[in-house]
Amino acid sequence: MARTLTRADFKSDQEVRWCPGCGDYAILATIHSVLAELGVPRERCVVVSGIGCAARLPYYTDTYGFHGIHGRAPAIATGITSARPDLQVFVITGDGDALSIGGNHLIHALRRNANMTIVLFNNQVYGLTKGQYSPTSEVGKVTKSTPAGSLDHPFNPVSVALGAEATFVARSIDNERAHLAATLEAAARHKGTSFVEVYQNCNVFNDGAFDAVRGNRANQIRLEHGEPIRFGDHGEHGVVLCDEAQLEIVDVVDGDEGALLVHDAHREDPSLAFALSRLSHTPRGPTPIGLFRQVSRPVYGTELQRQIDEAVGLRGTGDLGALLAEGDTWTVGA
Amino acid sequence: MKQNPQMLVERVDAVTIRFAGDSGDGMQLTGNQFTSVTALSGNDLATLPDFPAEIRAPAGSLPGVSGFQLQFADHDIFTPGDAPDVLVAMNPAALRTNLASLAPGGILIVNADAFTPANLKKARYDTNPLEDGSLAGYRVHTIPLTSLTPQTLVDSDLGKKDRDRAKNMFALGLMCWMYSRPTEPIIARIRATFASRPAVAEGNLAVFRAGVAFGETTEVFAHAYEVAPAKDMPPGRYRQITGNLALAYGLMAAAERARLPLFLGCYPITPASDVLEELARHKRFGVRTFQAEDEIAGVGAALGASFAGHLAATVTSGPGIALKSETLGLAVSVELPLIVVNIQRGGPSTGLPTKTEQTDLLQAMFGRNGEAPMPIIAAATPGDCFDAAVEAARIAITYRTPVMLLSDGYLANGAEPWLIPDIDGLVDLSVLVNFANADESGDFQPFRRDPRTLARPWAIPGVTGLEHRIGGLEKADGSGNISYEPDNHHRMTLLRQAKVDRIADDLPALTVDEGDGAPRVLVLGWGSSRGPIEAAVRRVRRRGMAVARAHLRHLNPFPSNTGEVLAAYDRVLVPEMNMGQLSLLLRARYLVDVRGYNHVTGQPFTAGELEQAIVEHVKEQSWHAP
Repeated sequence: MARTLTRADFKSDQEVRWCPGCGDYAILATIHSVLAELGVPRERCVVVSGIGCAARLPYYTDTYGFHGIHGRAPAIATGITSARPDLQVFVITGDGDALSIGGNHLIHALRRNANMTIVLFNNQVYGLTKGQYSPTSEVGKVTKSTPAGSLDHPFNPVSVALGAEATFVARSIDNERAHLAATLEAAARHKGTSFVEVYQNCNVFNDGAFDAVRGNRANQIRLEHGEPIRFGDHGEHGVVLCDEAQLEIVDVVDGDEGALLVHDAHREDPSLAFALSRLSHTPRGPTPIGLFRQVSRPVYGTELQRQIDEAVGLRGTGDLGALLAEGDTWTVGA
Repeated sequence: MKQNPQMLVERVDAVTIRFAGDSGDGMQLTGNQFTSVTALSGNDLATLPDFPAEIRAPAGSLPGVSGFQLQFADHDIFTPGDAPDVLVAMNPAALRTNLASLAPGGILIVNADAFTPANLKKARYDTNPLEDGSLAGYRVHTIPLTSLTPQTLVDSDLGKKDRDRAKNMFALGLMCWMYSRPTEPIIARIRATFASRPAVAEGNLAVFRAGVAFGETTEVFAHAYEVAPAKDMPPGRYRQITGNLALAYGLMAAAERARLPLFLGCYPITPASDVLEELARHKRFGVRTFQAEDEIAGVGAALGASFAGHLAATVTSGPGIALKSETLGLAVSVELPLIVVNIQRGGPSTGLPTKTEQTDLLQAMFGRNGEAPMPIIAAATPGDCFDAAVEAARIAITYRTPVMLLSDGYLANGAEPWLIPDIDGLVDLSVLVNFANADESGDFQPFRRDPRTLARPWAIPGVTGLEHRIGGLEKADGSGNISYEPDNHHRMTLLRQAKVDRIADDLPALTVDEGDGAPRVLVLGWGSSRGPIEAAVRRVRRRGMAVARAHLRHLNPFPSNTGEVLAAYDRVLVPEMNMGQLSLLLRARYLVDVRGYNHVTGQPFTAGELEQAIVEHVKEQSWHAP
């Protein structure tokens, strides 16, 4: 009987080389705890990444790991999980990796619903290439590559994931260990592609990008399935669905929750989850944190295996010799 | 089949027929049907489908012409023939684009009904070639195919569109009569093709039979022909096969012999898509096909599947390889088995998607950043694509490396008779797989190498104690930890190169077909030019000249005796459908002044043009005789 693994068992012997004070440390530690909590044997766990600061994480984790190429981790992971549905597969990525160079692979992984957990470290800047703006940076951002301010309209990662009809979409924050751990664990247990955006502080190139919500519970809209959506220091604000088919923030008068939207994470239709994701396009104001959507849909690798099993069940295992000799043949005498 | 008793049947040893028509006329179907029945007649054969990249160019236009050529013979042949003996032209555009190829005095069968003023104009004819005497040098048979066809369908329920389409069956029937082909297999095949639409099947059959009867009963044809079964083919059971089908079967056979599931990560591209489509049909063999969002994801998923312990492949064409390059470099770095098939087509860029070339050799050799050596092999004939796939798998598994397998558009779509192989007789790849075993010592070294092959362990997830991390960053020799150490990078660079170089020890020697006499000229080829080269060499020898011939399957590394072979001749001629890519490699590697014969037309070489090139070199050498 294998002993129960702890967080320490998932730490590799490699020296972690992130900048002092980087939010990645907290996420790494949380991932190690979650792996121990999941009870998945180390040898059944594979961590895949692309390129970027976050992408170094597989080296720091004592499981199977594949540090791939820029933006392509979801593709590599799709191959791994389609070949081997028995493995617990994580994709570690950043905002540039996942949403810029790998945008195509990300949306297709999400729609395909192969069994993997995509953790997107969003710091709204390029760290490893030293400080250029990213696809989540706000318009007007002044960086070394945009001295006059960036012109690009940013992606909201949660909106992108919901737009791609992902079956599990959540958002958490690097230094909120308990929330992050619970979110990652739920994501890892989800069957299919799960997507977790983590607000991650890059204290070198974009320090404080999420200060409006990070450590400011009053500005966080904590999404709880089945609960009316309220926030603020004393729950004095709430979210309602107004007549124009959009969400609005209102004051809760005398604790009356009657008009408030009750969060349903398991709603098949992603429209309301999408509307929630639009409450804060960039995290300056009240920002939803938590599980936006979790629904059940056939899992790619499982379905692939099912098709194989059905084909074998219907006609038996293939006989290659017979296949080659199928159709019109003729014999040339000796 | 029964011939008109008054009709003479003339025996011929080889015939080349080309069917040409509008891309909606069903020329590929007609050609394939004729090929099937010819294969069943025991002839050796080779085919050259030649179709436009557009799915349906405007009807009757010059760019819309689709052709299908085949040569069949009572002896072994190597090409689909140079100049057709018979051209079936379904409309003026088909006549205009194909007439120049027809052998002088050749048989020309034209669909007279299609020579309308409008069609003549579309084909840019000022006068009607059927009337202006310009076809005097040919044996012309004008047959009103379009109007004869509906006559045979008076009792049929077919709609106008299906009736018009059926005219290709008339041509097929006529050709079957003319070359004494059995009709039963075609009848069975037409019924099978239209199994869900019996009315269409019967309509087509009626037209087909009318074509046969037309040949039998009209007196326009002096005689029919007969081509006896090929004499010199090795004994055994045969079928007809195209390169792409052989490739799909080869990948499946490799997986079976390796006892690994096959995983194909792919993105559709001409002329490679057939392989994806074929493999997708074989789920009961445990084959997993993944149609990715792009070429990069296709190869990425394949590499992931290889990491996870499957026999992984990706099949594409040159532009797809260009997109996959970064991942191929990663595959070189992580040292995992991967079969990368490039079915070459005309370039650069999108180029000529439906035409053939051999222009990606240097892309295969050098098309990656950094020192990223990759073994390269090339298939020589449609049937050989099967063996090439098994060989690619053998090298990939043994040496834990991506392997580039080069095919091309000509092999992909061309067909030939294929001696059905015995699967159990193929090399046993399972002993080479040799997955790393569980390690409890805690000191697993993912880059510790096998001293013989220099291959690293194939350690797949799920095995305790082998947890390790791979990736594109340089790895420390042995431990596989990230290393930026200068000497380590140099050492790893040398090791990766040595691993590929060492494959040469594991390859059969390059053999030379010397022929008679004491040849001073060697013709060296690679890939699909083998057929035309072999046919040309045969013709040159018939002219009493001595010439040697060799063909490279392995292009990186070259067989270890390649230098000796090159040095043994006064002149080495390398014909390639490119501007001299193999020549460049040979000159650089062996400092031999090889001469190129280079022709980039999108069409395979003809035996005739190569014959002429070889003769020139042989003559030149004899003038320089000591």
